[in-house]
Amino acid sequence: MAETLVYKRPESLLKDGHFTFCPGCGHGVVLKIIAELIDEFNLQKDTIAISSVGCSIFLEKFFNLDVAGASHGRSPCVATGVKRCKPDKFVFTYQGDGDAATIGFNETIHTACRGEHISMIMINNTNFGMTGGQASATTLVGQVTTTTPKGRKAELTGYPLHAAEIVAKCDGTAYCARVAITDSKNIRQAKAAIKKAFEAQLNGLGFGFVEVLAACPTNWHMTPVESVKHIEEVTEKIHCLGVFKDVTVQEKV
Amino acid sequence: MAKVLVKGNEAIAQAAINAGCQCYFGYPITPQSEIGEYMGAHLPEMGRNFITAESELASINMVIGAGTTGTKAMTSSSSCGIALMQEAISAMCCAEVPGVIVSVMRGGPGLGNIAPAQGDYFQAVKGGGNGDYKTIVLSPSTVQEAIDLTYRAFYLSLKYRNPVMLLADGLLGQMMEPADFGEYPYKDPDVSTWALNGADNRPARNIVSLHMPEGELEQLSNRIFEKYEKIKKEETTYEGFMLEDAKLVLTAFGTVGRIAKSAVLKARGEGMKVGLFRPVTLFPFPEKQLNDVAKNADMVLDLELNQGQMLLDVRSSVFGACPVEFYGRSGGGMLTPDMIFEKVKELYAAINKTKVGVK
Repeated sequence: MAETLVYKRPESLLKDGHFTFCPGCGHGVVLKIIAELIDEFNLQKDTIAISSVGCSIFLEKFFNLDVAGASHGRSPCVATGVKRCKPDKFVFTYQGDGDAATIGFNETIHTACRGEHISMIMINNTNFGMTGGQASATTLVGQVTTTTPKGRKAELTGYPLHAAEIVAKCDGTAYCARVAITDSKNIRQAKAAIKKAFEAQLNGLGFGFVEVLAACPTNWHMTPVESVKHIEEVTEKIHCLGVFKDVTVQEKV
Repeated sequence: MAKVLVKGNEAIAQAAINAGCQCYFGYPITPQSEIGEYMGAHLPEMGRNFITAESELASINMVIGAGTTGTKAMTSSSSCGIALMQEAISAMCCAEVPGVIVSVMRGGPGLGNIAPAQGDYFQAVKGGGNGDYKTIVLSPSTVQEAIDLTYRAFYLSLKYRNPVMLLADGLLGQMMEPADFGEYPYKDPDVSTWALNGADNRPARNIVSLHMPEGELEQLSNRIFEKYEKIKKEETTYEGFMLEDAKLVLTAFGTVGRIAKSAVLKARGEGMKVGLFRPVTLFPFPEKQLNDVAKNADMVLDLELNQGQMLLDVRSSVFGACPVEFYGRSGGGMLTPDMIFEKVKELYAAINKTKVGVK
């Protein structure tokens, strides 16, 4: 029997929307995963996406979804307002580490503690990408950025913030994981994690959070291939991959 | 409905509920905490939303979320708390998101004190946020007017898709007065043409405040300022009190307006032709109306609980038609009817003396 392989562009992506990210950037991969999952859940007509500030900002240029913009770090608040008014709609935020873990970490934590029924995707490329690669809260010790030209020094600026581990400690969090998108296997696992976070909302379990380690070759001054290697060999040693909370598993035990 | 004895802050909260406010997001700060307490006691049992947010930044951004869905939402705060909301208010004006912000002013700058003051006129009317924008600002002088203007705030916010600020002060927030709630008197506009509720059988919508393509932001700015011109034309309101033959015109907003009214009555009792011009909308400011009054007056005396803020709008409205004097107290100091009367007496005598000299 002949096998037909069909690739269909997700309905949740605009037909004429082209990703405008740098070569090797992780954003496009994650945005596509999100669009595929929204299609899978048949939620395109019932979704309100919340954009943020940074390279994560232009959601309305890619998604065939309603989009509300938020000020820097405040996407979880805008999402809270939307979800409380439209509890039957699917609401997610898409943010970077500068937005969700640096300027907006207070909002991230409190939204998790309140157990808002929203899903939050945080791309962690350990720097402020859009402004040209400055150090963020998640920057690794020793990492060279434009504001730490000799590498981040712990004695001067402390240590990287581990967002997923902290969010997992919040009682309102239903699902929390850190994933990477360095290869096909990882991308499939990332998709499974984001699906879990979406299900936490759809099943009324609580707050879903997925931190995605992603490459920023332009600001890291690496090739895309070197960036992937860097994530695997360096970043993952500090920002460890894993599922830090899953209430569906805990319930089964 | 009959009159009830009600505290200013609670009257604002109940009026918001009557206006159909579905969400209150706020963070406690004196002298307006009763608004949040009242909402916390009533909204959840009505099936509406109440959240004590983690900060004023969070509160106003939750209001934005609600506003993008076309839902009536409100936050409230005071001086330094309102300062924290400025970025979001600017974003609301740009993205055209409705929402009501109640500002119950306290003494400033800094943490200041918790006494009534009017030092946040500039913050409210000129905007403490970035970029070209205008917030519609309504200024009540009595508890009754606070109710009426809360109703109007929700209506105007939806009508123009712009944030509306109700600018009160600690005196009004804390005082009790008889007032009649009546009913929400407005017919709200249809929001279905723009609100976010999922792209069901229509193209996807977005409500954002970043406009990078060349020319896009300028075009938006021009359109928004055309809207402000419409607001100026259609929504400007003020109260005139004994202005017909007034030689000395007092200008004051909010609670100082009612204090000045007592001084006007006392001066009239002594035969002085004094009147009061009290702007109710601070943006749009009743420029033309004040100019018309000033043309027939010998002097305008601006009264405020600050070092002279509305004074700039008064001067530009009077536009040289007559001299403008200022008398105010700040840092929580209160103006009394007697203090204003003494100042009126002094200036009224000076006007007459000048006139005699000219003759």
